[in-house]
Amino acid sequence: MSPSRLPSGGAVIDRSRPIKFKWNGKSFTGFEGDTIVSALAANGVDVFSRSMKYHRRRGILTGDFWDPNCFVQVGDEPNVRAGHRLISAGIEVSAQNVWPSLERDVKAANGLVGRFLTAGFYYKTFMKPATLWPKYEKILATFAPGGAIDIESTPGRYDKRYSHPDVLVAGGGPAGMAAAIAAAEAGADVMLVEHNHQLGGHLLWGSAEDQKRAASLGARCIEVGVEVLTDSTVTGRYDGSWVAINQRNVAGETIERVVKARAKCLVIAPGLIERPYIFEGNDRVGVMTSGAARRMLNMYGIKPGQKAVVFTANAAGDAAAADLADAGVEVTTVDGRTGADVVRASGSGDRVEQVELADGTVYEADLLVTAVGWTAPTSLANMSGDRPSYDPSAARFFCTSLPDDVLPTGGLAGDGSLEENLTHASATGRLAARRGLTMRNQMRSMTPRASTGVPAPIKDASEPAPLPRANHPELFRSTTHGLVDFSEDVGSKDLWAAAAEGFDSVELVKRFTTATMGPSQGKLETVNTVAVLAEYLGQSIEEVGTTVWRPPYAPVSLGALAGKNSTPHRISSIHVWNKANNCKFIHAGAWLRPDHYGNAQAEAKNVRDNVGIIDVTPLGKLDLQGPNVPDLLELLYVNKWRKLDIGKVRYGVMVGEDGVVLDDGVTARLGEEHYMMTTTSSGAASIWEWAENWLQTERPDWDVRIVPVTTSYTSINVAGPKSRELLLKICEDVDLSNEAFGYMSARPATVAGVAESLMLRIGFTGELSYEVHVPAAHGLKVWEALLDAGKDLGVKPFGLEAQRILRLEKGHFIVGQDTDGLTRGASAGLGGLIKLDKDDGVGLPELRWAADRTDLAQVVSIALDDGMIVPEEASQLVDGETNTIVGRITSSRMSPNLGRSVCMGQVIPELAAPGSKLTVLLTDGRRVPAKIHTDHAFIDPEGARLRA
Amino acid sequence: MLLVPCPNCGPRDASDFKFGGESSSRPDPRTATPEQWRDYVHLKTNVAGNQKETWYCRGCRTYFSLHRDTVTNIFGAPQS
Repeated sequence: MSPSRLPSGGAVIDRSRPIKFKWNGKSFTGFEGDTIVSALAANGVDVFSRSMKYHRRRGILTGDFWDPNCFVQVGDEPNVRAGHRLISAGIEVSAQNVWPSLERDVKAANGLVGRFLTAGFYYKTFMKPATLWPKYEKILATFAPGGAIDIESTPGRYDKRYSHPDVLVAGGGPAGMAAAIAAAEAGADVMLVEHNHQLGGHLLWGSAEDQKRAASLGARCIEVGVEVLTDSTVTGRYDGSWVAINQRNVAGETIERVVKARAKCLVIAPGLIERPYIFEGNDRVGVMTSGAARRMLNMYGIKPGQKAVVFTANAAGDAAAADLADAGVEVTTVDGRTGADVVRASGSGDRVEQVELADGTVYEADLLVTAVGWTAPTSLANMSGDRPSYDPSAARFFCTSLPDDVLPTGGLAGDGSLEENLTHASATGRLAARRGLTMRNQMRSMTPRASTGVPAPIKDASEPAPLPRANHPELFRSTTHGLVDFSEDVGSKDLWAAAAEGFDSVELVKRFTTATMGPSQGKLETVNTVAVLAEYLGQSIEEVGTTVWRPPYAPVSLGALAGKNSTPHRISSIHVWNKANNCKFIHAGAWLRPDHYGNAQAEAKNVRDNVGIIDVTPLGKLDLQGPNVPDLLELLYVNKWRKLDIGKVRYGVMVGEDGVVLDDGVTARLGEEHYMMTTTSSGAASIWEWAENWLQTERPDWDVRIVPVTTSYTSINVAGPKSRELLLKICEDVDLSNEAFGYMSARPATVAGVAESLMLRIGFTGELSYEVHVPAAHGLKVWEALLDAGKDLGVKPFGLEAQRILRLEKGHFIVGQDTDGLTRGASAGLGGLIKLDKDDGVGLPELRWAADRTDLAQVVSIALDDGMIVPEEASQLVDGETNTIVGRITSSRMSPNLGRSVCMGQVIPELAAPGSKLTVLLTDGRRVPAKIHTDHAFIDPEGARLRA
Repeated sequence: MLLVPCPNCGPRDASDFKFGGESSSRPDPRTATPEQWRDYVHLKTNVAGNQKETWYCRGCRTYFSLHRDTVTNIFGAPQS
């Protein structure tokens, strides 16, 4: 086979615009509009790849997106579909997985042992001994198909878009275009999605008349306002008619995007995919479908060979024979409708040289074109819940039952003339518009306060008259065996062998042989697989059934699924200062928080010695107002809340209905019916929703209003023995003396001139400390004022790491770090806090039952005998010299204030008493002794510093 | 993605919501036996068919009940 460019013709190429590119290092020239395959074929190239297992030379089979023989490397991009990708100036295209070259590939030796590489060969051969598998895998990996990934390549820009069309039409052939036009004319917002680069479908590779028709329908689509996406694939339909579209031709720098469309009505018009024929030598270079031959001739002006045999069983094959003859190809027609059959393509190498018929006739030919029938790509119907059924008289599958908002047209719905198809499609489009607009109106009526102006649906639309079905002979396999799956090198013989071994259902045979599982994803192979299996089993195709087509319809690049590479995060008003002052940040939930400013140990020491300030803005803050706030607090927290005086603060722990610790924090009473609750940073959103859930569903009669004010305030914790001295310098209207503003109190204050601030005297760090909440816009000003005023007091900022050290020295647990999904209130050392004599409380029954239990792990503080060792968090605790696990370390740090390590952990109740001896298993294998610490707190267990 | 009918915001993507699961009624915490309580906390009916469930709309911050056919994913009208 030696393809060449014809002197004229080619509907989609522009001969006035030559484009230079490279193929395997050599320069070639094609025209604008050429695919890589057509541009190479124009230059006489007929081999594009080597097959997966046997490394046989492969040429054009379908010459489009689905061609399994045309995967190439383009620059740093592997597995490019050369039958679809357009050439552009300077691209470097090369063959994949060949060595040393496409023409001389040493792995072709596999072909010699081909008869051993049958179904399940790898499973059986490389299973034993299992220990050798890593070695097998390494060697086998070098045989794997696919291009080379360049890990240095820079990712491009990918994006997402949302769309809400009334009618979405999948497929831009004549039927899809006619449906889109009719729907738009009926007032619907219409989106039309076409897989290929141009609208037109099979009209594009048809006659000049067909091509003109395609152009006029395409122009009409634009006139009536249809949004057209070409080179885009509807990859799946999901619940609620949520349709995913992979758009590959986005304008600008974006490479691809996923369009998420809520289609109120979906028209499926994917057309039909031509099936290859199964016979000996059907993968030889020069064997192609009639569609491939006509695409080359009529779209790209390429003569695919010199002497052709056309095996035809339908009008498409007849047209291919006529088109080839017009182009000067010597054509012999073999009519499959009369019982004639092709049994063998042969030649001295991998190319077609002779074609042998069932009657023994042999033709010399370099091109064998087959037109044996169609696969209906029922993917979107499958994804809409349909199980298509097989019609033997038409030799293909049809949809059986679809939801009202999914309408098939075109080849999926039947055959008939072009005019009959267009009539069916127009009626389908009108019906789709009616249903889509009805749905839009319905959605609008379900939306209080929605804007008006939704067009009323047309009334005179009804089900289209069904399209006739053309008789078609059932031609799947000749009397010889050939390939079924060209991407996976799986033949009909392999399918029979698999069935003989007991893999005799279509789902099993598929998985065992990998037929239909290659990059063509069954578009070319599924129906042939079913037919071959049915033949072996002596059953009908209907009885064997088919596999379910699942999303995506066509492969989607991972970049498109990932979308924009952006990681949004929340920052406080102090962030700019932190950035300018050597702060190392840490991602904590959605927040970017200061972890340390260079030396966390020094920061923690400075808090105990002088005074430190930390940005704790992400701390959850809920403003609660209303007469029933105490009821809500008593319900959500394990302790009691009805007797909290105005200006006082109380610590509380929340549990779930299962009694497991959920969150903790303090709540301050600011006024008669006014409170402020603080939650953990990670619980800021979830506790708000938790509280709302109780108010809205279980206690709708309570009058409580919750406003989340987490980001309304910038929160700064001023901690250390000199914190009062520091605040005295910048607060005028609040008496900071211990008598007037004692531990666990709250005061409104003006801080550094910022009014409407709030101060809570609490102490997570275990020091005298004030949590200062100032209106967020003034946060930076207050932060800088604190640093400025505290210079002579030794004030230093500290980060989360220092705070973790400080709280650990004080023995304060962190919910989720030191507690886990099994930690009951009582086991977190909260026995005294929990009040069981309440009428109600979240998880109250579980708390009662847990109080009686003696088998729950306890949260304790642990000191290693050798204080220089800091065990890794999650180190196991065992009992003495045994390997009986009795608990684990949950937190551990070196304490700069004690000069030794401090730990928290969970341990079985038998070993939870102060002084109990444990053994810590270090990650290096050492066993070191430890004791349960006397108090939770390593520093200031009496709380004198807190209350100073 | 499911299109969830919020009583205030109308039909919206499920990602606008928090799914609260199958609705269950809370036993009286004063009298519930461990069996009753744990049935409420942990056990779900998991019906194939009509199920009453709780949704929380993150747009309007409303909890509401919906009936959904768990086989077809078709929703009934929302109830506040």
